Amino acid sequence: MSTKVLVPSGVLGLGFDSLALENGLSYKPDIICIDGGSTDSGPFYLGSGTSKYARDVYKAEWRELMLARKSINVPLIIGSCGTCGVDCMVDFMYEITAEIALELGQSIRVAQLYCNQSVNYLTQAFEAKKIIPLDPAPDIDQTKISKFSNVVALAGVEQIIEAINTGADIILAGRSTDTASIAALPIMNGENIGGAWHGAKIAECGAFCSTSPTSGVVLVEFDKDGFSVEPMALDARCTPHSVSAHMLYENADPFLLFEPGGYLNVRNAEYEATSERKVRVSGSEWEKSEKYSVKLEGVIPVGYQTVSLVIVRDERYVENIHRWVSNLEQFIKKKIFDIMKLPSKDYHLDFRLIGLNAVLGGLEKKENIPTEIGVQLVVTADTQTKAAELSKLINPFLLHHPLEEYEDYPTFAFPFSPAQIDRGIHYEFGINHVMILEDPMDCFKIKVSEMIND
Amino acid sequence: MTKLVDIVEKIRSKNAGPFWITVDIFCGDPETFASIREVLTVCEVQKLLKVDIQCLKKFEIPDLFVVKFSFHRREVQGSRTDRDMHGAQIASLFSELKIPRELS
Repeated sequence: MSTKVLVPSGVLGLGFDSLALENGLSYKPDIICIDGGSTDSGPFYLGSGTSKYARDVYKAEWRELMLARKSINVPLIIGSCGTCGVDCMVDFMYEITAEIALELGQSIRVAQLYCNQSVNYLTQAFEAKKIIPLDPAPDIDQTKISKFSNVVALAGVEQIIEAINTGADIILAGRSTDTASIAALPIMNGENIGGAWHGAKIAECGAFCSTSPTSGVVLVEFDKDGFSVEPMALDARCTPHSVSAHMLYENADPFLLFEPGGYLNVRNAEYEATSERKVRVSGSEWEKSEKYSVKLEGVIPVGYQTVSLVIVRDERYVENIHRWVSNLEQFIKKKIFDIMKLPSKDYHLDFRLIGLNAVLGGLEKKENIPTEIGVQLVVTADTQTKAAELSKLINPFLLHHPLEEYEDYPTFAFPFSPAQIDRGIHYEFGINHVMILEDPMDCFKIKVSEMIND
Repeated sequence: MTKLVDIVEKIRSKNAGPFWITVDIFCGDPETFASIREVLTVCEVQKLLKVDIQCLKKFEIPDLFVVKFSFHRREVQGSRTDRDMHGAQIASLFSELKIPRELS
């Protein structure tokens, strides 16, 4: 006995090789699993409850996967629906699923797994000292808990198994760990637990663990001792190196992976090429934790932003850009106080020198003088109107501020009219904690529905 | 002196969640791995990243000839002062690190 899991790609929306998918189906997998998101694109998606990719892209790829599922009659799971995995994105995927089911005339049972956490629930857990900080963790208290726009708990295999047990053809899961949807069925079937988590980690980015990352599709076969992984594109190969190296990817510790209920330890794992394209892994270990906990993710709106951009090409100004920006900032802050009576603690200015050190800031080691510099100014304030007004007040000085007090006004290059763009709400990650649960389903909900399209 | 990127096979960096960045240095062969693990001390990397020593971890993975560093983000991902959402460009700091030429 073994459990075969087909993973079409690292995330829905990124695309996959259709021929490789077809090849994967010929192996008769027991389940098809794909991830739908993570925090990697930043706090905005979790804050706003929106997705990163276009709806049409989701629909086109999901349609192909729904057809694939139907052709072999196995469950299809997506974890972390719509980038952030908040409840409304689970519903968003439900809506897309319903449209496709109607178009294809498919009758299916759908399970929705919800992961949002209410302020009440979190407050009670906090008071009961069940919210434990990870390293590093921002401070939290009851006031802060009430300010989060969305908090999700990351589902593990226990919640996914609960959803599989509803007999659903399609499972739309809210925020889940990258590995949970892949590891769930193998663990449910009694395969090696360490192997299940390890194989899930290796396959969570699809064919990233192979020599052809863009081909997407991989098949993982789990059994009582470990797992084998093979890419489904015929020109791709998995090697012991490509497979074991994936354990390092986006993981702070190369040997351990923390999951709900315990952690995976791969220190004693052995990797063996069983063909030119396939790798066998054994010796992965699962260490169960004393208490069951799930990780929390949450973001807080911290203000509104307006972004301005001016390009400085004048050679003397480029050479003296640090002095120019520092003079300008001082001058602007005084002006803002004189005119708007705002002390500098009421707003935030961030100058980014594109072409000089916009990415690394204070860590930049290169000191080359470029041809031109884009000066990007990000203003953050407590309302959009205020951020925009501040940017308008700053606008003439961004355009004309002189390096020396008694020289003619320079005029730099604004690439747009208007020179500023309102960016909307700015969210920041505000929690890096786990929450202890008595029962894994304590803070998760499952809804099952039938879509009948005869 | 030569650049680290010219000696090793591959250097990559990426977020490991919103609060960490991790850098993987694939040395490519046992000799390069042996020298790079010595040269890239925690102290050296701490200076490069300007993070506290307790916020920086070094790992050596001999089977892959990899030296790995994981560290707290100075700016939490997507915060007002963060400029690199995916943390993937900080690898450049390592790539351009000057290494004694005799190691190459």
